[in-house]
Amino acid sequence: MLDKIIAFICAAIVQGIPLLYGATGEIITEKSGNLNLGIPGIMYVGGISGIIGGYLYEKSTADPSAVLCILIPLLACIIGSALMALIYSFLTITLHANQNVTGLALTTFGIGIGNFFGGSLLSFFGESGSISLLTTGKYYTTPFGFSIGDIEISFGFMAYLAVFIALATSFVLNRTRVGLHLRAVGENPATADAAGINVTLYKYLATCIGGAIAGMGGLYFVMDYTSGAWTNNGFGDRGWLAVAIVIFALWKPKSAIWSSFIFGGLYIVCVYIPGLSSATKELIKMLPYVVTIFVLVFTSARKKREHQPPASLGLPYFREER
Amino acid sequence: MQENAIELRNITKRFGNVVANNNISLSVKKGEILSLLGENGSGKTTLMNMISGIYFPDEGHIYIDGKEVVISSPKDSFKYGIGMIHQHFKLVDLFTATENIVLGLKEKGRFDIKIAKGNVKEISAKYGFALDPNKKIYEMSVSEKQTVEIIKVLYRGAEILILDEPTAVLTPQETKKLFKVLKRMREDGKAIIIITHKLHEVMAISDRVAVLRKGECIGVVNTAETNEAELTEMMVGKKIELNIQRSEVVNPVDRLVVENVNYYDKEGIKILDDISFTARSGEILGIAGIAGSGQRELLESIAGLISVSSGSIKYNDPVTNETEDLCSKNPVQIRDLGVRLSFVPEDRLGMGLVANMDIVDNMMLRSYNQGKTAFVERKEPRDLAERIIKQLEVVTPSATTPVRQLSGGNVQKVLVGREIASSPTVLMAAYPVRGLDINSSYLIYNLLTKQKDSGVAVVFVGEDLDVLLELCDRIMVIAGGRVSGIVDARTATKEEVGFLMTKTDGGLTNE
Repeated sequence: MLDKIIAFICAAIVQGIPLLYGATGEIITEKSGNLNLGIPGIMYVGGISGIIGGYLYEKSTADPSAVLCILIPLLACIIGSALMALIYSFLTITLHANQNVTGLALTTFGIGIGNFFGGSLLSFFGESGSISLLTTGKYYTTPFGFSIGDIEISFGFMAYLAVFIALATSFVLNRTRVGLHLRAVGENPATADAAGINVTLYKYLATCIGGAIAGMGGLYFVMDYTSGAWTNNGFGDRGWLAVAIVIFALWKPKSAIWSSFIFGGLYIVCVYIPGLSSATKELIKMLPYVVTIFVLVFTSARKKREHQPPASLGLPYFREER
Repeated sequence: MQENAIELRNITKRFGNVVANNNISLSVKKGEILSLLGENGSGKTTLMNMISGIYFPDEGHIYIDGKEVVISSPKDSFKYGIGMIHQHFKLVDLFTATENIVLGLKEKGRFDIKIAKGNVKEISAKYGFALDPNKKIYEMSVSEKQTVEIIKVLYRGAEILILDEPTAVLTPQETKKLFKVLKRMREDGKAIIIITHKLHEVMAISDRVAVLRKGECIGVVNTAETNEAELTEMMVGKKIELNIQRSEVVNPVDRLVVENVNYYDKEGIKILDDISFTARSGEILGIAGIAGSGQRELLESIAGLISVSSGSIKYNDPVTNETEDLCSKNPVQIRDLGVRLSFVPEDRLGMGLVANMDIVDNMMLRSYNQGKTAFVERKEPRDLAERIIKQLEVVTPSATTPVRQLSGGNVQKVLVGREIASSPTVLMAAYPVRGLDINSSYLIYNLLTKQKDSGVAVVFVGEDLDVLLELCDRIMVIAGGRVSGIVDARTATKEEVGFLMTKTDGGLTNE
């Protein structure tokens, strides 16, 4: 029984890691006042960018090195997802486009890009079959384990990286001048502007860095979780779960860590409960969203200011209106 | 003689054809408090904005500590030790006092909020502020927020402080505290400029007074050598003849009786303080006062848009001769009684008309719930729109042009036209001519007079005293949310009204 529970917790964490990347990225973005609903799409792009980078590298050399096998997909992923976030930034910050519309369009676009290249990358090079980067996948899945008592637990390096990034984000947001300025931009851009903070720069950087981090969730999924294999729509609706975690965690990166693991657990708990009909399984899969709605209702009703989203979230900032 | 902390020489600033500041020269010494006195639109804020780097003067020179400087951005102004405390606070609600104070600073070294807190405490102690550095802004009173703003500029090393109407939002006790702090700063050698409308405060706090009127500096006098009457005269100036046609009042009837109305806003600030007056049919009642003295809230409470904290608003229905209590009615019921509100200018397009809809559709905002079927009735609004365009000479390509494409004057004509088309019994207009050219203004005056002649009780909130004195029959003056006097517009003088506008009973004495 105990090993079953441990196995479930480990599986929950593995499921939670992509969500944690997405949630951390979205928290950074939202702290600047940008509600980027393009995160699910960006995570797809992050995944496929990593796949493309890894594929090209594996193809180019007969003897791929471990370092490059990890760095090239990682870099490709960061560039690809940051570019997606840059599109969002340009549209919403510079052109003042509606953030919701832009984000939703970006999600549709990103999933499309992912599935397009996922389905046709091989045929561009005259190959057939489905993408499977065994070497790259091998390096990404190399386990780093530790043991509690006599129970062995191990994850790939990106799992630890996700937790580290979330902790680092929390530190930057709450303990540094940059974090203070970023929070000011998201709360009250006019005040930040008057205080001499470059609002546009902060919004661009936060959105692009946030996008890059979220994209790494997609990379973790394709390289570690599926060991370098791509299946169209394989990432599913995890991107939306990441957005929901941001609300659930009340915009706190530290809380996003355990929230992601809980959501990851809720996402797969149906597999661990024996004897469920497929309809019941689907119902149980809804749990994360139901929980999020309850959190929203609860925090909105309590009206504690610290638990509210950044005050300027979703609003464009016009300097002339000072 | 003490050294000048800041000196302005021959400063001129134009916006298009409008001269906002004309050849103004001023100086403030170290350890001196200068009051800047003037009506709305006299150019006080423009002048101060040039010192704080928001505007750049077209002509003239600025000297700081005797050296000529160029201030082209708020950053420059920081650099020269100038700190401005605006009326509207620029603070992040969710942050603590300290976080707000250090926001945007690029100090060297590691960011340590504890050191910053220590500095804030030190400044508080030095000047006698009572401020908890850990308190969050959203938990603070207005006066505490103002304290944060003042410490913010002191933290940045400001030697010259400009306060834009600092007492407008304070209670008399808080004002007293503020003045104590300002006096300590004066002793510390800071130069302080206070923009204000309140004469008794000018007398209580300042060493010298500079009076601005219509962009010109009328004079700078030592506070000890002047009095409130002299300052009022300097501020409002001589009367100008406008030749607005004013008809005699024909058998007025009490239409609207407002008694002891009090209103607190959501921050708990008293906006309306025991207001009582009567608006009569066939008469224009002018409401004069410094902007933001409660005019807007008064009209909104009559129209049912806000509910007053206490007091009564009674309406005498001319048809049924019954007295109705407006406080217990919703805006639709009040409107159906014939009380109309035409709000301008901040909200000409916000509360009155929908900018993206055309003139016909805007007419329908009044008649959307008329008609028998589920479909809207378009014919009547279209006729009304055409009628207004013709009668009021609205310049528009067609009745189906979106309102936002019209000029301010034409928008105003459409709005007023619609409001009077429904033959109201009470017509309230707030600043209906602001931003309009002279011809459009006279057209609006004539419209209001016509309404008055047809027995409507007109309430006119204005800012130009010359207009108020020539257009209205009676003028009620509001100062700080209180009625400071109701005068006969035919006999009152400009000085009299001007004096009432600045008469707030703050209970301050020159200590």
